[in-house]
Amino acid sequence: MKKNITQNIGFLMLFLCMIVTIIFLGSIIYFISIRGFKVISWEFLTQGPRMGMTQGGVLPVIIGTFYLTLGAIFFALPLGLACAIYLCEYSPKSFVVNLIRISINNLAGVPSVVFGLFGLAVFVNFFKFGVSILSGSLTLGMLALPLIISASQEALTAVPQSIREASLSLGATKWETIKNIVLPTALPGILTGVILSIGRVAGETAPILFTAAAFYTRGYPKSIFSEVMALPYHIYALMTEGTHPDQQKAIAYGCSLILLFMVLLISGIAITLRQRQRGVHV
Amino acid sequence: MVKIKEKLYKWIFTVLAFSSLIFLIGIVIVLFKEGLPIFKEVNVSKFIFGKAWYPTYSEPEFGILPLILGSIWVTVGAVIVCVPLGVGSALYLHELADYKQRAILKPIIEILASIPSVVFGFFGMVIVTPFIQKLFNLPTGLCALNGSLILGIMATPTVCSLAEDALSYVPKSFREASFAVGANRWQTLTQVVIPAAGSGIATAIILGMSRAIGETMTVLMVTGGAAIIPSSFLGPVRPMTATIAAEMGEAPMGGTHYHALFAIALILFLTTLVFNIIAEIISRRFRIKLGLSG
Repeated sequence: MKKNITQNIGFLMLFLCMIVTIIFLGSIIYFISIRGFKVISWEFLTQGPRMGMTQGGVLPVIIGTFYLTLGAIFFALPLGLACAIYLCEYSPKSFVVNLIRISINNLAGVPSVVFGLFGLAVFVNFFKFGVSILSGSLTLGMLALPLIISASQEALTAVPQSIREASLSLGATKWETIKNIVLPTALPGILTGVILSIGRVAGETAPILFTAAAFYTRGYPKSIFSEVMALPYHIYALMTEGTHPDQQKAIAYGCSLILLFMVLLISGIAITLRQRQRGVHV
Repeated sequence: MVKIKEKLYKWIFTVLAFSSLIFLIGIVIVLFKEGLPIFKEVNVSKFIFGKAWYPTYSEPEFGILPLILGSIWVTVGAVIVCVPLGVGSALYLHELADYKQRAILKPIIEILASIPSVVFGFFGMVIVTPFIQKLFNLPTGLCALNGSLILGIMATPTVCSLAEDALSYVPKSFREASFAVGANRWQTLTQVVIPAAGSGIATAIILGMSRAIGETMTVLMVTGGAAIIPSSFLGPVRPMTATIAAEMGEAPMGGTHYHALFAIALILFLTTLVFNIIAEIISRRFRIKLGLSG
């Protein structure tokens, strides 16, 4: 009998862990939604900031985040996909390939603020891109690179070997097989990885602190060499800079809700898609 | 003609594939190049074990011990929060949740893992800070406890998700053998499944820790930011990541302060590198032990 009591207590503890986790994470979404929703209006979504950040909207900030994310993916997708194709389709199993795999794993574990410093030293100072969309996008792209590589690798590995062999036996060359057979089959999986890394990149702050972000810019960014406002940095700056903490806090709630909604929506889509794809393939 | 084209493509992919390697090496080179010059002015032991961090004084001091201890305190605190919650939730998902519950909870946990760190930091500032301030009657609620709590909650989904993966790799036959000799579910879980998945769970915890130690925005926003040697969880701390983020904007390029911040980043990078390598080694052994490939 005693061992069943232990079991019940043990299971109760596990249940509590789950509940506490859900409550903690749920309360973050709850508080930000409730208070952020009050701030959000048509004006908030379609106008620029006014009166020293105490009124107006955040459209340029949203657009800034959009540019940075787009730039990062534009840079990381071709590179990451090529890397995955090499590793899955071409790579001879060798020491060098192992080295690449290890470096991808470790690149994924580098703290984001270190990426920020790298971006500052290399893109901002060495290449003289300055604090700009370009520098920020490249830095964020580096962060997205390992994510895109591992997602693409997973998708390419899931393509059955027999399809490749069928294509080769019909006389297609290796590249034709990759281009016409392997990539189209793996495309949904690759897209999922891309969407997931969009969600990650859009919410990152530390890499753009010194490479792209500004608390306030007049109007919209004019070229890839201009500074931008970006949602995650904007939240941080509203809470730590400026002279009207109370009014700024309200705007920060609005920004947090927009960012949270965007990121949860994006990763929600990606994870649901991935769940389905895995169900089909495995 | 076709042959040349094929070779060309192969070359293009080979070259591009090395980009990730180049970036990693690039990070190492930059950190060493910009970080090492600090040691011309401050010797290594004084830098790492120095107790005073006053980079902007007229006679500046660059001792990062308070910052290292700040990082350690906050990370240890985060581990105390995220290990029981993360592993407990993973065990719940694995052992108690039925098919339907798992189909809903597992993706939800994964989606929650994507909440941006700045949102966690914001939540810490506006909700948790006043709460801690009132609860303990403090002048301010921005302290190590706050940072630990938020970081812990933040790392929980990551730990949970990875630990659940590890548990799911344990072969069914292990459980069945355990049931066959008369063990109940709890005994099977604690004495068969957890030991079998142990190193996989350890990997999850190490990766969670690595995420916590490298996390910047949350600690920057909620730990109070005083570069003093921490003495209590209710006092302010300034972890290494927060120091870099807060001061890099003001540090003149190429100056001592600038190099000192890069040296901190170097230490941070090497620390997470070691964590990741340990995690990799443990997880490789785990896979071999359970007869899984790659």
